[in-house]
Amino acid sequence: MSNRKQIQLSHGGGGEETNSLIHDLFYHHFSNDVLLAAEDAAVLEVKNKIAFTTDSFTVSPIFFNGGNIGKLAIAGTVNDLAMMGAKPLYLSSSFMIEEGFPFDDLETIVKAMAEELKHSGAKIVCGDTKVVPKGAVDQIFINTSGIGEIEKEGISANNLQEGDVIIVSGDVGRHGAAILMEREGLGISGNLQSDCATLWPAVQALIDANVTISAMRDATRGGLSAVLNEWAEQSAVCLEIKEASIPVDEAVQGICELFGFEAFDFANEGTCILAVPPEDAQIAIDALQKIDVTKKATIIGQVSMKKEGKVILHSAYGSSRYLDLPKGELLPRIC
Amino acid sequence: MSELQLKDLYDGFRDPDVIKALAQTITNEAKQLKEPLKIMEVCGGHTHTIMKYGLKQLLPDNIDFIHGPGCPVCIMPKERIDHAIALAQIEDAILLTLGDMIRVPGSTSSLALERAKGRDIRALYSPLDAIKIALENPDKKVIFFAIGFETTTPMTAALLEQVEKQGITNLYFHINHVLVPPAVDAIMADGQAKINAFIGPAHVSVISGAKIYQPLPKMYHAPVVVSGFEPIDVLQSILMIVRQKNEDRCEMEIQYSRSVTLEGNTKAQEMIAKFMEPREHFRWRGIGDIPHSALGLREQYAAYDAENIFADILPTEPIDDHKLCICGTILKGLAKPNDCKVFGTACTPNNPMGSCMVSSEGACNAYYRYGEV
Repeated sequence: MSNRKQIQLSHGGGGEETNSLIHDLFYHHFSNDVLLAAEDAAVLEVKNKIAFTTDSFTVSPIFFNGGNIGKLAIAGTVNDLAMMGAKPLYLSSSFMIEEGFPFDDLETIVKAMAEELKHSGAKIVCGDTKVVPKGAVDQIFINTSGIGEIEKEGISANNLQEGDVIIVSGDVGRHGAAILMEREGLGISGNLQSDCATLWPAVQALIDANVTISAMRDATRGGLSAVLNEWAEQSAVCLEIKEASIPVDEAVQGICELFGFEAFDFANEGTCILAVPPEDAQIAIDALQKIDVTKKATIIGQVSMKKEGKVILHSAYGSSRYLDLPKGELLPRIC
Repeated sequence: MSELQLKDLYDGFRDPDVIKALAQTITNEAKQLKEPLKIMEVCGGHTHTIMKYGLKQLLPDNIDFIHGPGCPVCIMPKERIDHAIALAQIEDAILLTLGDMIRVPGSTSSLALERAKGRDIRALYSPLDAIKIALENPDKKVIFFAIGFETTTPMTAALLEQVEKQGITNLYFHINHVLVPPAVDAIMADGQAKINAFIGPAHVSVISGAKIYQPLPKMYHAPVVVSGFEPIDVLQSILMIVRQKNEDRCEMEIQYSRSVTLEGNTKAQEMIAKFMEPREHFRWRGIGDIPHSALGLREQYAAYDAENIFADILPTEPIDDHKLCICGTILKGLAKPNDCKVFGTACTPNNPMGSCMVSSEGACNAYYRYGEV
């Protein structure tokens, strides 16, 4: 390879340099039969109904405590499939790289992607690389699309029923808070890590335990507030949440106090919200708690018909308020 | 001494059992009140606490809140926002400001819109970050659009002190620092306001000292209790007000004694006085012109004063809010946000028609967000 230090425009030119980048880096780390066939398109075999999703990743900074843009690009797309009850199978992966981007950083990112794929068993089967002149993108953007085989049907944001129990799979707001910490370079000690993680093992555990899932969504941008409000509106129900039961890490709460944010509005990248019938709630909790990334799963509320389309937060001391959708810009580019 | 933990900021001030016990004590003692309490919480931070924690729901009907003018973003008149926009449009300018200012609409645009059009507009968490930006961009005009009450003024002064010391020549100041006492006087002046007690601001008082409220109890026959921002602080302050009323006292008291003294931070006060002086008058959105209610740079710092340097491009005509907006009436306690015809319909946080809907500390905004469940 002509230059192992920096990515140059020639690496995206389609010639020799592009070839060596593909072979030495992408094929090396993402190696699988479909990819190595090196055809114009991947040929896939799928027997059942499939779920299909796409997402672009532009986080700044690209390396953060608890992950990097590569890990995020895999976990994000895999989780979107998992949330529909689909086993993640095949992913595409496209890179837009700014000229001059360090090769070592790209390798770190690609390795993180390969590592994260192991948690779901999904494969990268096709991809693309573009290198653009300095300033045309901020370091590196990644797009991943994915398909998965539906193993559990009927999960939908329109599906919540009166009496359904609301479960959160872990403490909320860690990704948003971790990015904010990194970006502002606050002189705060401590180890606040993004929750960035693959949720498929947790979903598989729920499927194996035969839990009926009315709705399930990973609480990414807009956080817990956004998911709950979307559900309340789409299913025309009221979600009554006990504020004290929502797990929030001390460091996340501290950041919120400093900046005047709400942990419920912060993004998560490995935390999901579920609605299940009351008789399945304990089974779901037991199943989730056996999986490492969801070991803090807990019940936070229940569906009622008190005020259709609204989320009501009950305090531990007897007052209540609406939990509104986050408004305006919270943080630029967190995922 | 152990290291300061982030949770020390709030731990212990939100204990559910203490909140319940305080609410019960207030309810018991409020039975003795001779007249209903109409408490103005002057500061938007307290409005936020009252709404977010649903404190009104825990209190008896004869205690009501009137949400004051203490939100620096909300009270900024449109022509001043237009100043920020005009400054951001200067070629080679970088406009710096704080938080919510970015999305407040002026007469035809907002800083958020201008940024989308390609203007370099940045929100700071600390004004001192402006130095780094000015040093990194020596060929740019860096303009700090300074906002806030007495709380944030010292940071602006500290920034100017550093700029002077380091000989930085490309950083300018547009000062919009406003003062609490003149605003309270303006609301009470015509005798119509139905306010008979005040909760005094927390952070403002840390800087200026509780002494600035000493004239209020006598002038308006209303107790003043300077309160912290946590729910337990606010409830304790309300209890102190109820007790003053029941004991026929009318004084200024400090509940937030862990941070507030009578004299305040005299060093900060000196630094402010060195660089700034009260303006003849300043227009407040929703209230109107109030004499000596804001600060400006002293004349010897005119070389740093964006209002002086860029005077040619700054609009001067006052711009009033829509005539349906009743923010002024709300601030006097004569109406509630949901009494307003346009509340939640034509006027929303994404498209505020009046001052109180602008920021999360404004009364209408807090009602809209947290509602009355």
